[in-house]
Amino acid sequence: MNRARQVNAMSFDRTRISRRSMLRHTAGVAAAAALAGRQSASASGQEDERSSKPLIWDVHAHLSGVAGTPEERIKKLLEYADRVGVDRVVFHLGFSRLTDPPPDQLRRDNDEVLRAMAVAPGRVFGFVYLNPNYVDESIREFDRCVTDGPMVGVKLWVAARCHESRLDPIVQHATRAKAPILQHTWLKTVGNMPGESTPADMAQLAARHPQATFIAAHVGGNWEHGIRAIRATGNVVAELSGSDPTAGMAEMAVRELGADRVVYGSDYGGRSLASQLAKVTGADLSDEAKHLILGLNVRRILGPICRDKGIGV
Amino acid sequence: MMIDVNVNLSRWPFRRLPCDTHDRLTLKLHQHDVVQAWVSSFDAVLHRDIGGVNLRLAEACKESGNVQLVPFGTVNPMSPDWHEDLRRCHEDYRMPGIRLVPNYHDYSLENAAVAELFQLAENRGLIVQIAFRMEDPRTQHPRLQVPDVDPAALSALAGRHPRLKLVLLNWQPAVTGTPLKQLAAAPNVFFDIAMCEGVGGVGSLLETVSVERVLFGSHVPFFNLESSLLKIRESPLTPEQLKAITHENAARLSADGASRVTNANS
Repeated sequence: MNRARQVNAMSFDRTRISRRSMLRHTAGVAAAAALAGRQSASASGQEDERSSKPLIWDVHAHLSGVAGTPEERIKKLLEYADRVGVDRVVFHLGFSRLTDPPPDQLRRDNDEVLRAMAVAPGRVFGFVYLNPNYVDESIREFDRCVTDGPMVGVKLWVAARCHESRLDPIVQHATRAKAPILQHTWLKTVGNMPGESTPADMAQLAARHPQATFIAAHVGGNWEHGIRAIRATGNVVAELSGSDPTAGMAEMAVRELGADRVVYGSDYGGRSLASQLAKVTGADLSDEAKHLILGLNVRRILGPICRDKGIGV
Repeated sequence: MMIDVNVNLSRWPFRRLPCDTHDRLTLKLHQHDVVQAWVSSFDAVLHRDIGGVNLRLAEACKESGNVQLVPFGTVNPMSPDWHEDLRRCHEDYRMPGIRLVPNYHDYSLENAAVAELFQLAENRGLIVQIAFRMEDPRTQHPRLQVPDVDPAALSALAGRHPRLKLVLLNWQPAVTGTPLKQLAAAPNVFFDIAMCEGVGGVGSLLETVSVERVLFGSHVPFFNLESSLLKIRESPLTPEQLKAITHENAARLSADGASRVTNANS
């Protein structure tokens, strides 16, 4: 613990904003942008591992919070990412944010993400949005966007609770393609929506598919429950996005799951990149653990499918 | 140099927090160049002996070290003889302001006691902080669910007490739309950024609220301090805007409060 605290104390300095650093703000932004650009151009990612700045890979982002076409939105959203040093971002859903979208809407949503991805390939990644209420159409959409397209994972939201057996064909199809599945999970004190999955639902699904890789988005929001709910299911990683930056969240996740089962996500533009990043950068964790959470774990998870597609990570 | 207007001492009732001891909290603040923190006590949320809470707060803030801890005692206008709590905060502890937690203390801002409290605080030159939430209702303990404070009555109240400085803490998402616009138009209402969410949230806030009335607040130790630190980096702010938000606005407010306290005690 002492070593961890020492390392953490050094980490504080990186995010510290002194008066001098504020006055250098404009120059700092330019440097961050340049750094992000250099990193996104790195096909191997080795450069990031050697540098003192960790690779930061946001696994949970949406084309929201800004206006315009997909191309206009992604440019603005990447400018914000540059400002806080986020190197790579995984986007999913589209503009509509329908909770139970019919197949034609799914296609439109995914097309918007595909257009955004085309603006900054190698920096902007995409997960295909599927709806378990339309299994056959979802598998065809997976093939369009992942098997035959540039997307590298699956996003499931709130159309159906994920412990239901109807999800199995989608999971099996994604697993054959080495695509991870990011599933929204919440356990709201005020009550979930009818199709909204809990972390326990996620654990049930994952137990049926031990070869698949699952990302429990938001890790239930009520993270003290969510972390425990997925603890015994090793093929589920906890994703930290979308709840308030409550102190202690990342620390508990690492304590109970290990640092290799925790990933950073923001849920921006609805959320601030900053508040979600702070869950990790402000945590009382070693630099090694923070680097895993901020990017190395996502790179490990996406490595197999990206290699198959010839995408450098 | 920064002034954090939204800091808490003592223990959150439902979990231990990494910086919920005096030493760790002040170390954290100091490491991030926070030179002054406006501090209330988590105890005030649920304890009914508010007098004891405020006494302990005043004592704890004497142990400031590298960070100046400025106590903001809590007043519950539903509690018997709350006027005495207000008096002690001002006269005995020489606090520049007080904090209200209306949702946990179970009253509406429409309650007549709030208007009376505002009048007394205005007369004494005290800053009044209002915490609109302490925790997202979606993550609260199931046996203690507390909705956000309803801001509907606040704009009119602020208008009736133009010399009263009101600081809204953790106000998003409770204050949006028309209430936000109305409060943004009130020159005596200030907004912290602890729960200012959405991409570029601080920059977006400045489209509605003038920069002179935006304050750096973190809700530490419940939140990670880095959240608010990174928020002011995430939005494209000018050096002048950064200085205003991080310390100049709060310094001006507290200087006004200090001079009023001095005048009241002289």
